[in-house]
Amino acid sequence: MTLSNTNMQLKETPIIKAHQEMGAKLVDFGGWNMPIHYGSQLDEHHQVRNGAGMFDVCHMTIVDLRGFEVLDYLAKLMANDVAKIADKPGKALYSCMLNNDGGVIDDLIIYFMESAWVRVIVNSSTREKDLAWMRTQIGNMAVDLTERDDLAMIAVQGPNARELAATALADEIAGAQALKPFNALLINPGSDRERFVARTGYTGEDGYEIVCPNTQAEQMWRQLANAGIKPCGLGARDTLRLEAGMNLYGNDMDETQSPLESGLSWTVDFSNDKRQFNGRSSLEKQKQQGLKYKFVGLILEGKGVLRAHQEIVGGGELTSGTFSPTMQQAIGFARVPLEAGETCQVAIRKKHLEAKIVKLPFVRQGKILVN
Amino acid sequence: MSDIPQELKYTKSHEWIRVEDDGSLTVGITEHAQGLLGDMVFVELPDIGDEFEAEQDCAVVESVKAASDIYCPVEGEVIAVNEELEDAPEQINVNAYHEGWLFRIKPLKEDDLDGLMSPEDYAALVESESH
Repeated sequence: MTLSNTNMQLKETPIIKAHQEMGAKLVDFGGWNMPIHYGSQLDEHHQVRNGAGMFDVCHMTIVDLRGFEVLDYLAKLMANDVAKIADKPGKALYSCMLNNDGGVIDDLIIYFMESAWVRVIVNSSTREKDLAWMRTQIGNMAVDLTERDDLAMIAVQGPNARELAATALADEIAGAQALKPFNALLINPGSDRERFVARTGYTGEDGYEIVCPNTQAEQMWRQLANAGIKPCGLGARDTLRLEAGMNLYGNDMDETQSPLESGLSWTVDFSNDKRQFNGRSSLEKQKQQGLKYKFVGLILEGKGVLRAHQEIVGGGELTSGTFSPTMQQAIGFARVPLEAGETCQVAIRKKHLEAKIVKLPFVRQGKILVN
Repeated sequence: MSDIPQELKYTKSHEWIRVEDDGSLTVGITEHAQGLLGDMVFVELPDIGDEFEAEQDCAVVESVKAASDIYCPVEGEVIAVNEELEDAPEQINVNAYHEGWLFRIKPLKEDDLDGLMSPEDYAALVESESH
């Protein structure tokens, strides 16, 4: 067994002290010193499915885009159509940002804040290339890009998360209770008590993602913990998102993959013929020529664990895999040949093991959706 | 500092080895290793009668997080495996040095044990890897 260790100087979130006190096992996560678990990844997973857990997601990149041409800018930059959220303050939209060949630069959430102001939250691992791409794409447009590295983000997730967060934070997040799914609210705007609360997440459970100034993040983390929301590491975040059928950038799609073969067709909006978003012509060509793979969920029939990069016998491979704590079976995402039927075989070490092909997601809101 | 029993021998790849009265060797992974790997969910053990060279991969333990190869500490033949782990891989987390044992081998050369690490040397290795 080889256990990696690193001496590189890691970045720390403003909550690092609380993590250490609460028993976090910290690991190098894309250059950040982040909690992988606080004792048991499995317990944390079940805690989110059955109660409430919270994640330090301060490593993610928050970007504010301001200017009267911001919607025109995003119409070209994003594969999904921001017209869906235009003039609906707080409304969120999930989208891919494509390169000109239709490959995925990143996946992100766009929040329409107010006219001429849109907030975008992108992945941590892609921060530099995202910002570079977004800046070059502005060209001469009246759009101003500001990275909000002064802000911290905590995700509270689980069936009891919103109620416990309301108890813990009270007036700090006043009004959040009324938020509909995939909507956000700015509370005390412009003041030093500003909070951005979004009813979004990456676990398949209800909850909030709460943004506050870096200087107030540790205190908020402790308030949430005192209300009974259990700290969870990024290990549980991965098993939760996999069960919930949510893609992970770098695993399930990247610049060499089309969103159409990554299970993300539903996020690519071709409906407005006039909207020439980046990568559109490449994707249209792909559709014309016919896709080779479909993106599916797999459930391993016997014992073992599915992992990214395991090969499908006859073509294709897994993009993500894990052991599902909710289903007590190995699950994964895979690109399989279009003609694949109800099962396929996965090459795991020297064996070929049978896996069932299913429609994603596996689990949502605590319930297993596949049989 | 994790638990490193004095009566055992160790490898740099984080296996522990207990020399039994009949000269056979029981092998498992250390407390330090199980802590880093996290919750175990699957174990693939060798078959009885399989022969392995020293440092050859001969078993796999998988936690939720990752799969890890287990290396045979010395050249030998597998004479027993811990079948209970098939249904209860978490035994490795619960008690890495007892119920969490993986397999037992009969060494094929007598002086092979000299290459294994003492508890003191293994403790130093763990210490150096955590910095």
